[in-house]
Amino acid sequence: MTAVAVDPAAVYTLRHADDCLVLSHRLAQWSSRAPSLEEDVALTNIALDLLGQARALYTRTSELDRTGRSEDDHVFQRDERDFVNCLLVEQENGDFAVTVARQLLFSTYQLETWRALGGSTDRQVAAIAAKAVKEVTYHLDHATQWTLRLGDGTAESHERMRAALERLWPYTAELFETDAVTDDVVARGVAGDPQRLRAAWDSSVDQVLREATLERPSTSWTPTGGRRGLHTECFGYMLAEMQHLHRAHPGARW
Amino acid sequence: MDPVDLEVEFNGLVEADQRIEPRDWMPDGYRRNLIRQIAQHAHSEIIGMQPEGNWITRAPSLRRKAILMAKVQDEAGHGLYLYCAAETLGVDRAELIDQLHAGRQKYSSVFNYPTLTWADVGAIGWLVDGAAITNQIPLCRCSYGPYARAMVRVCKEESFHQRQGFESLYALSHGTPEQHAMAQDAVDRWWWPSLMLLGPSDAESTHTSQSMAWRIKRFTNDELRQRFVDMVAPQADVLELTPPDPELRWNEARGHYDFGECDWDELRRVVGGDGPCNRQRLAHHVSAHEEGAWVREAAAAYAAKHSAVGVVAA
Ligand SMILES: [Fe+2]
Ligand SMILES: [Fe+2]
Repeated sequence: MTAVAVDPAAVYTLRHADDCLVLSHRLAQWSSRAPSLEEDVALTNIALDLLGQARALYTRTSELDRTGRSEDDHVFQRDERDFVNCLLVEQENGDFAVTVARQLLFSTYQLETWRALGGSTDRQVAAIAAKAVKEVTYHLDHATQWTLRLGDGTAESHERMRAALERLWPYTAELFETDAVTDDVVARGVAGDPQRLRAAWDSSVDQVLREATLERPSTSWTPTGGRRGLHTECFGYMLAEMQHLHRAHPGARW
Repeated sequence: MDPVDLEVEFNGLVEADQRIEPRDWMPDGYRRNLIRQIAQHAHSEIIGMQPEGNWITRAPSLRRKAILMAKVQDEAGHGLYLYCAAETLGVDRAELIDQLHAGRQKYSSVFNYPTLTWADVGAIGWLVDGAAITNQIPLCRCSYGPYARAMVRVCKEESFHQRQGFESLYALSHGTPEQHAMAQDAVDRWWWPSLMLLGPSDAESTHTSQSMAWRIKRFTNDELRQRFVDMVAPQADVLELTPPDPELRWNEARGHYDFGECDWDELRRVVGGDGPCNRQRLAHHVSAHEEGAWVREAAAAYAAKHSAVGVVAA
């Protein structure tokens, strides 16, 4: 990427597009593997919503960066170092508790982000956000219901949910980081300040955990780098699988 | 009422093309036959998620990926309606899943073939969903109300799947030479299994005559197979793909396509458990089910705790 000339707003929308794409892909990996048929349907619903959000944001990104890249160019032609999703969404599915924990932590963040973007000075981004708020409200409700059931279900489910939170919690610090890109979009009113989402995120997550008889993990480790294209090792395998067929047939239409 | 009168009333309803509803009296054999057929149909929807689901993470464009995810999700939905229809006959879903895992209930043999390339996704939509529709449209008029109503909903979505499959295959057969070859190879592999999806030949079908008398089935397997070939043969021309049957040709006198004989030994082998993917498909379902057990237990424990609290509070 030619980072110099690119509108920071395009980098910002690309980050969120990549978040949606990657989490959608992870959730789609549950297809035919969920704990129940109802859950198979629900996880695919969320995956489809996120895929729709990703497509809208890739389209907006290409308008902002004036590259004319198609959604498929963004998804299938970029290399690992060019993806700018947060590390949380690329973490592997693990057991159902890990998937639920990842969804709870991310959807809470995403809901606050989309709410703030509803007031964006970029009208198109505001429109995408307005639609997404409704979808993410459902995703968060779904994750909340399962956090309660697993946290306050059996001894085994409680332990699995506790372990899942401990595993994923470190990756939440990255969600609230600021850098030159966020400083720019915040200054122009395109987006809300990530740091200001933190308080709402904390109180929302804390409340769910309390009701689920779970504790907030404490950790000093705060891995980061996703927004600069520095990913965890599992991500490369996901991309290899996702991109292989498309890249094997250059220029083909599907 | 006297059992003889009940049977007379039941037969009268069936012959008058009225619907039998869950609370109506019905012969035990009718109930057993329906449970077997609806369960097998439900299992087919669920096991059928696997071969196409196999390509979700590799779909070559976002548009195709979204279509495929929605399709596989529809199949899960079909499974849900059908398990609900079976439950109206006094069995429960967990019991039916156990029967599937124990090998006592079957699913469609067609899902025991592997999806080896992306073109298989299109070929399945076009041919397998096409054959499924041919089988299911008459079931919308089946004598058992809940099954007939489930089929109305399912058929709408299946015809959508078939159109999408055709369109996806068309993009390949009219794409690069490599894509065309991929599409032809997929049709070569899925053509005969799709014809066999419609069941053994009439001479060998064990359930057909009783099912037809009860108006569960309306057409024989061979009649359905003819309808299916008549539908897809001209579509193959539009696709510019050649079905792997040298005997396939229009017969002006009959007003139907002639076609070759299926390899019935192969069908027997696959139905009997020795197809390429029988073991894999079942093992996948068993392991997903077992891995989900602790989740289902947690949901039940949570519901019990919280409804108990509700009762005390009330
Ligand atoms: Fe179906
Ligand atoms: Fe279908």
